[in-house]
Amino acid sequence: MLYVALAVRAFRRYSTYIAATLAGIFTNCVFGVIISFTYIAVWQQNPDAGGYDVTDALTYCWLAQAMIMTVAIWGGGAPDELAARIRTGDVAIDLYRPVNFLGWWLASDLGRAAYHLLTRGLAPTAVGALLFDLRFPPSMAAWAGFLVAVVLAVVVSFAIRMLVASSAFWLLDQAGVKNLAAVFSMFFSGLVVPLVLFPGWTRDVVMVLPWSAFVQVPVDIWLGRRTGVSLLSGLAFQVGWCVVLLALCALVLRRANRKVVVQGG
Amino acid sequence: MSLIQVENLSRTFVVRRRVGRFRREAQVVRAVDDLSFTVDRGEMVGYIGPNGAGKSTTIKMLTGILVPTAGRLSVAGIDPSRDRVELTRRIGVVFGQRTTLWWDLPLRDSFELLRRIYRVDTARFRRNLAEFTELLDLGGLLDTPVRQLSLGQRMRGDLAAALLHDPEILYLDEPTIGLDVVSKGRLREFLRSINTERDVTLLLTTHDLQDIEQLCSRVMVIDHGSLVYDGTLAGLHARGSSTRTLVVDLVDAADPIDVPGADVRRVDGPRQWLSFPADASAAPVVAAVAARYDVADLSISEPDIEDVIRQIYTGPDQLRFS
Ligand SMILES: Nc1ncnc2c1ncn2[C@@H]1O[C@H](COP(=O)(O)OP(=O)(O)OP(=O)(O)O)[C@@H](O)[C@H]1O
Ligand SMILES: [Mg+2]
Repeated sequence: MLYVALAVRAFRRYSTYIAATLAGIFTNCVFGVIISFTYIAVWQQNPDAGGYDVTDALTYCWLAQAMIMTVAIWGGGAPDELAARIRTGDVAIDLYRPVNFLGWWLASDLGRAAYHLLTRGLAPTAVGALLFDLRFPPSMAAWAGFLVAVVLAVVVSFAIRMLVASSAFWLLDQAGVKNLAAVFSMFFSGLVVPLVLFPGWTRDVVMVLPWSAFVQVPVDIWLGRRTGVSLLSGLAFQVGWCVVLLALCALVLRRANRKVVVQGG
Repeated sequence: MSLIQVENLSRTFVVRRRVGRFRREAQVVRAVDDLSFTVDRGEMVGYIGPNGAGKSTTIKMLTGILVPTAGRLSVAGIDPSRDRVELTRRIGVVFGQRTTLWWDLPLRDSFELLRRIYRVDTARFRRNLAEFTELLDLGGLLDTPVRQLSLGQRMRGDLAAALLHDPEILYLDEPTIGLDVVSKGRLREFLRSINTERDVTLLLTTHDLQDIEQLCSRVMVIDHGSLVYDGTLAGLHARGSSTRTLVVDLVDAADPIDVPGADVRRVDGPRQWLSFPADASAAPVVAAVAARYDVADLSISEPDIEDVIRQIYTGPDQLRFS
């Protein structure tokens, strides 16, 4: 099938950059260690911060490192290629092909994510587990739920990155919007500060934003803090954002298509 | 019914220009202006015109990637902007300036992706790929990533890519741009063969008039968005006030030759250049010269099509719009 072929192609393409992958893993590990010691210090002061114990916190830290590239928290992946093709005008060729435009890029990004999960995801997690005492999913349901949650996290992130990249249809360059989006993403995904640590009502707010689907939801499933109905509602939350954001993408792309076809780019 | 029908086709673009520091002024560019023509199945049509004449814009509308501002358009019975997806299965496009291949993929994988995109059945795909590999000499290139291909190699890959799904029509927008003489020759040969063997209708734009001379029985000239000529290449010669040149080598240097029906353009020692109308016979001129002068040698040079085209492009308005 075309979309599988696209995903495989993306996977293979990323797998040719071995040096970059190794360097990236090393960086993730260095940051993992630094943040781990920070968390240890925080949880020594307050052993029950955010309802996490120190093991939960350390697990969170390493899983977050594992998610950076997999979920493309900083941006990047397939939508970056799209933005480049918009700038050069090559996107007209893509729009002209008899395939689903959004599906095309999503397949490609899922292939990329699979590669990053197996390398930039697995390796830091393994290193973290060697260096620190981490928690692992307590049940098969948690393992399965986590994997599904990661896939959904990638799709939510994809949709946001796609919206950012689409801005290039009007602005010609996505750079400014992308930087802004990266700041939002870093902060609201809980990459640095777990969302459970946000005080009072701010916590309730950040928990319903789409970025909480990136790290917080998958990690809570991994830790066994979401089981049964709570696990399902976590996944449903992600699915909900997937639907909303992909619909928004489709809408924006339709307008973009009109702009290219009717206004001539 | 003609395969391609274009009736009163127009396309305008609104361009915003900065005037002064803050003010922007909308300006309307008429890229294609009330264009009408038809192309029949099996034709090979050359579409020429100066830079910015509207050639690419026309091709974009014919493929459906640009919506016309006004006019009617039918390609293989399909309205391109309405049923673009349906149309993409019946036409092929090659943009000399862009590639439809994937930079990071070996040529073979690009073809494989296109097979899936156009849902070409495997047997047909294999047959076509084998044929194009042979005709375009792609054998040694199939496993090379596109980014490592030279321009000429990439262009051959793009041609194969555009034809894998057996389109009825192939549009080529400057297919020979940047190619060397040998590559151009091969490419033309290939185009001729798909036109005769596969009955593919071709519409190509180019700035290389040799493409037209060697391939197209029909040529359309567009300038400022309007058709200024549509007919045979021979007719185009007649259209411009084009001349042929008789080069005479006399035995001795002499005064300018004086014969009826020809004017001396240049004298260089014993050699003289005489021009006479392209549509007049050379025989009486040659006979008159030979009768009155001691001639060592004679040669005739055909009119330069580029001159003719240049005249039309820059010609007076009555020539342009008559
Ligand atoms: N997307 C666009 N927006 C605004 N103006 C455009 C656009 N595309 C084309 N034009 C204008 O329309 C006119 C025709 O352009 P077109 O690209 O069709 O010319 P062309 O005949 O292909 O020229 P060339 O030989 O240089 O390729 C030009 O004046 C060009 O500036
Ligand atoms: Mg052009």
